[in-house]
Amino acid sequence: MECDGKPGKPKLAVYWGGSCGGCEIALVNLGERLLALDERLDFFFCPCLLDRKNKDVEELDDGAIALTLFNGAARTTENLEMARLLRRKSRLFVAYGACASSGGIPALANLDTPGSLSRTVFLESPTVENPSRHVPGSSSPYCTPALSLPKLTGSILPLSAIANVDYLIPGCPPEPETVWSAIAILTGADLPPKGSVVGAGTVPVCDECSRIRGEKRLRRFVRFHEAVPRDGECLLDQGIVCMGGATRSGCGALCPGANVPCSGCYGPPEGVADQGAAMVGALGSVLDPGELAALPEGEMAARTDALFEGIPDGAGTFYRYSLAGSLLRRRRP
Amino acid sequence: MSETAAFEPRVVGFLCTWCSYAGADKAGAAQLPSPDNFLPIRVMCSGRVEPEFIIRAYTEGADGVLVLACHPGDCHYKEGNSRALQRNRLLRKLLDSFGIEPERCRLDYVSAGEPEKFTRVVSETVEAVRRLGPLRLSREGGLNDGSNDA
Repeated sequence: MECDGKPGKPKLAVYWGGSCGGCEIALVNLGERLLALDERLDFFFCPCLLDRKNKDVEELDDGAIALTLFNGAARTTENLEMARLLRRKSRLFVAYGACASSGGIPALANLDTPGSLSRTVFLESPTVENPSRHVPGSSSPYCTPALSLPKLTGSILPLSAIANVDYLIPGCPPEPETVWSAIAILTGADLPPKGSVVGAGTVPVCDECSRIRGEKRLRRFVRFHEAVPRDGECLLDQGIVCMGGATRSGCGALCPGANVPCSGCYGPPEGVADQGAAMVGALGSVLDPGELAALPEGEMAARTDALFEGIPDGAGTFYRYSLAGSLLRRRRP
Repeated sequence: MSETAAFEPRVVGFLCTWCSYAGADKAGAAQLPSPDNFLPIRVMCSGRVEPEFIIRAYTEGADGVLVLACHPGDCHYKEGNSRALQRNRLLRKLLDSFGIEPERCRLDYVSAGEPEKFTRVVSETVEAVRRLGPLRLSREGGLNDGSNDA
């Protein structure tokens, strides 16, 4: 990688927005390869690991950072500001992980009205004890001069809707192999077309899953806690909602390999714009049509609805990591 | 004039070529009146209509979508219309989470010999969507000052 003629190694920044820290853990999960990475790149800015301040970034020339991996969602105005700052200072600006790529878990709040987020978290959740009914706001009347905090964004947008994103690394969190292969591509000479997903596969997770698929003629869906999955047999064939068919490969089908259905964290496969729509298409094709054949026309819809009762939260299941990146993106205002 | 009175809904239709499109053709030949808010698209089978097509119709300005299929048992490809029904029921449930009313996503059956049913179903759908008003999706983010929430 070029370093603009300046001495030293090219600079790497790893920044977090509204994030759980899992993407940093995923980086550390590289293990000893982290040392090899440190040989090639200078860990310049990473609030999770290093004590360097925002002003150190502000003082850099534009484009001085070789590669920024931005993880987490843009939940606050501070996240928006840092995304734009790091974009300006970086030659390659990469959405790292599901939240930055397509909203991730924080974007599920897009299914509610913006105002209800703080109410749910600070007042209404059954485990919350808040007798003074304090809800954090963006300014404090108790300080002079007044103290101001970043505001919440009304809904989560994908990072690419906030700043120009060069590449995306999927996953919640990205698997070490994904991270390593993405970094190899991004620090190599031949860069893929802008906007590409790097480090992962292009086909659905099913293609790398070792479970055997049969002809699907389901008569009911079961929730995960209601079934003991049989070894070696496709989970969806057993009525367990597995997102593998609507999810990008690259993880090695780890979850189905451990008897757990795929929850879709690598986002939709190449060529699919909407993971939830793809899942509706898939699940609408695995029920046994024989279930309906004998029924009068008027009763078919009700019978189908009854079969789908085994999926109580379709939107939360099918868009668990990709809501902000989906076609509808959020609940109607 | 109020906004609702001025609102002319746009309803995109996906019509199976073997039954429903033939039924629509017959309605045209018989000069049966049908609303011009309806934008028909001919497909080989209602089972070919991916849920993504329907969501794209909404994001590109449709206020409602109507999928017309062969009657159960009459599918040219045996089970395409059953798949279409199953997808429709699940999609309606999904759209509800996005605040999109199920009436904006209708599936019905029209055979090649039912031009009257075709015009009736189209008119009903257009009127149902007119009552609901414009779809008005927003993909913008905006700000939410937490202090004003509670």
